[in-house]
Amino acid sequence: MTGRLIKPYGDTMNDGKVQMSFTLPVEWSETADEAARQLAGKMGFADVQVVEGRPIAGGFSFFVLYASTPQGVDLETIHAPSVRTHAMTMEEVDAYVLDRIGRKLRVAGACIGTDAHTVGIDAILNMKGYKGDYGLERYHSFETFNLGSQVAPEDLVAFTKLHAVDAILASQVVTQKGSDLKNFTELAELLEAEGLRDRVVLVCGGPRVTNLMASELGYDAGFGRGTLPSEVAAFIAVTLAHRLREETRV
Amino acid sequence: MELRIDRTAVDRCRALASAIAAPVQEFIAAHSTVSVERAVLRLFGVDGVGPDDVPVANLIVDALPEAERRRGAALAFGRGVAETGLDPGVLGEAIAVGRYALADFAGVPDAAALGALRPHVESALAHLRVRREERQALLARWPQLPPPLLYVIVASGNIYEDRSAAVAAAEAGAQIIAVIRSTGQSLLDFVPFGPTTEGFGGTYATQANFRIMRAALDQVSEKLGRYVMLTNYASGLCMPEIAATAALERLDMLLNDSMYGILFRDINMKRTFVDQHFSRMLNAYSGIVINTGEDNYLTTADAVDQAPAVLASQFINEEFAHRAGMPDAQIGLGDAYEIDPGLEDGFLFQVAQAQLARQIFPNAPLKYMPPTKHMTGDIFKGHLVDALFNLTSVMTGQTIHLCGMLTEAIHTPYLADRALSIENARYIMNTARHFGDEIALRPGGRIERRAEDVLAGCEALLDRVAGMGLMAAIDAALFADVKRSPDGGRGFDGVFPRAAGYVNPFENALRGEPFTA
Repeated sequence: MTGRLIKPYGDTMNDGKVQMSFTLPVEWSETADEAARQLAGKMGFADVQVVEGRPIAGGFSFFVLYASTPQGVDLETIHAPSVRTHAMTMEEVDAYVLDRIGRKLRVAGACIGTDAHTVGIDAILNMKGYKGDYGLERYHSFETFNLGSQVAPEDLVAFTKLHAVDAILASQVVTQKGSDLKNFTELAELLEAEGLRDRVVLVCGGPRVTNLMASELGYDAGFGRGTLPSEVAAFIAVTLAHRLREETRV
Repeated sequence: MELRIDRTAVDRCRALASAIAAPVQEFIAAHSTVSVERAVLRLFGVDGVGPDDVPVANLIVDALPEAERRRGAALAFGRGVAETGLDPGVLGEAIAVGRYALADFAGVPDAAALGALRPHVESALAHLRVRREERQALLARWPQLPPPLLYVIVASGNIYEDRSAAVAAAEAGAQIIAVIRSTGQSLLDFVPFGPTTEGFGGTYATQANFRIMRAALDQVSEKLGRYVMLTNYASGLCMPEIAATAALERLDMLLNDSMYGILFRDINMKRTFVDQHFSRMLNAYSGIVINTGEDNYLTTADAVDQAPAVLASQFINEEFAHRAGMPDAQIGLGDAYEIDPGLEDGFLFQVAQAQLARQIFPNAPLKYMPPTKHMTGDIFKGHLVDALFNLTSVMTGQTIHLCGMLTEAIHTPYLADRALSIENARYIMNTARHFGDEIALRPGGRIERRAEDVLAGCEALLDRVAGMGLMAAIDAALFADVKRSPDGGRGFDGVFPRAAGYVNPFENALRGEPFTA
């Protein structure tokens, strides 16, 4: 059973309109414009219009294109689970943890690898929080450790072991040639190797992170752009509470 | 456009900054660091690597017994120069391969050691002067476009890729190229060697990489008929060594902040204070403009709240730079356009702060940093926020303008990102070139009131810091809400007290003092 195919929308249903821009490593000329048009055609686009083409550096040209894609997708076949299912306020999370777990949860966060951009992890952990939503440091139910930037995955694992951390937040903001995925993978593998993986709630975050990607990497959740601290807090609290309940059942 | 500023408050801030720096300066005068000593050796021409790629400068300093180290590496090394008669660079190589050890020369008297070094000190400084004069001559031959000078970053990890990107950016209008370092480098206690083609989020700062980039930029400068400047980072654990190598390779600017490494890289404060001083002495002599890192206060905390801290840090950076002999024209104090774009009148606040800095530091080549914190994947909005940043910069007369990238929150810039960013800046700065000259600020209006608040907040902060002492203030998290203890952080084990008879011949020469043990 298939549902309705969704296509990009310009100004008419199913017109499939897409805007794109790219650079070609050639001097600009009419030939370069035509090359850009043909390239878009090879990508499968129809009605290709090169609306802008110009030199941007010696040996490089820049193009802006509009085109129509004949492709569509069936929403019913798409699986992209949301992690933002446990909407709770800070007070509710605190009450929930007190009630279901009865102790403070220890949360360690770090920007791992060589990434020095702590914007993401700070937004989630710092008292001040993000967009008026307080950070985890402000919660009574969490004891937080912000390890900062450029933390090696092995150091984060060692810290987790030493401080009996309940939840790990690994952040990667800026990537270069896939370094973010490599670091996330390394952290998950090290935790597995140390026998700690099942003991912690493992969460990753960053502007390019999706929950689907996180689950493929073996994480419990992945939080992308625009995530509020309370969303992460609620996820940690609910996940740990469920885990403890399952453990007591066994 | 002119803000009415309480000049007596500005004077009080400068007096407070001086009171803050004075006790730290006493500490600096009584200490040295492994990086200072390695910089001394590098200035003599010690270069290259030994076994396991350890730089020769590190091999020599690490091998010094504690008592010798406390008198400065120059003395022990000078004994070797006196005894062997070798050129310092050659002696360094011989030590690296194990032909000599400095311990072999223990019997050489101090005076002989220093006497042997004297001509090498003079020739090293003469070389730095040549590089400086070369820059002045090139600037005269190929004049820069008027400020704000457009500054862009290249950061591929591969120096040869960086070179292509830098040339493309220069052709598109960039006037300053910064090669961002591999993000781990600030924490390395050595300067890597040779050309490098792998890095993370940036390219290693090495003397060879400096040379490759300088040559490429000289070439494109000639083609364009305007001098394109080169920037790197004298920050982290190797500030003085980078300052030395940058001077040798005619870099034009260096990121160099008296407190950035402490707060944002957890580098030991004593290490940083001592290192920044010697690095700035070298920068002063080599005509290198420093760029300070106040933008970091704004990216890690709320930009509206932190505005007084930015100004306070500018006063402190200015004071430490003056104490290292830097003239105002070489002190590129930093600020950034980081207020939440959703805040009503946020643009007015940005103008207030930028204009305040312009008037308080009239001769400083102010460095203005672009929005980063509130940039998102929405590149269209990002480009628009960058445009307002560009407008603020040109209307308040900023000097060094780091171009904002529409893809700031996404990836290290693509070639097209950089070109679009430069086009944005050129458009705004051209269309609004004299806007700032043509408008008057409403007396007592929102912009002026904001500037007053920032200055008052800055004075209150400096007053608290002066009361408790800078090191204690940092320990109490008065800057950027970051707490660092005086003996914590990276690199503390590389700080040591100067023994009686300590010699740093370059420090002496730069101060115009004779050097004697």
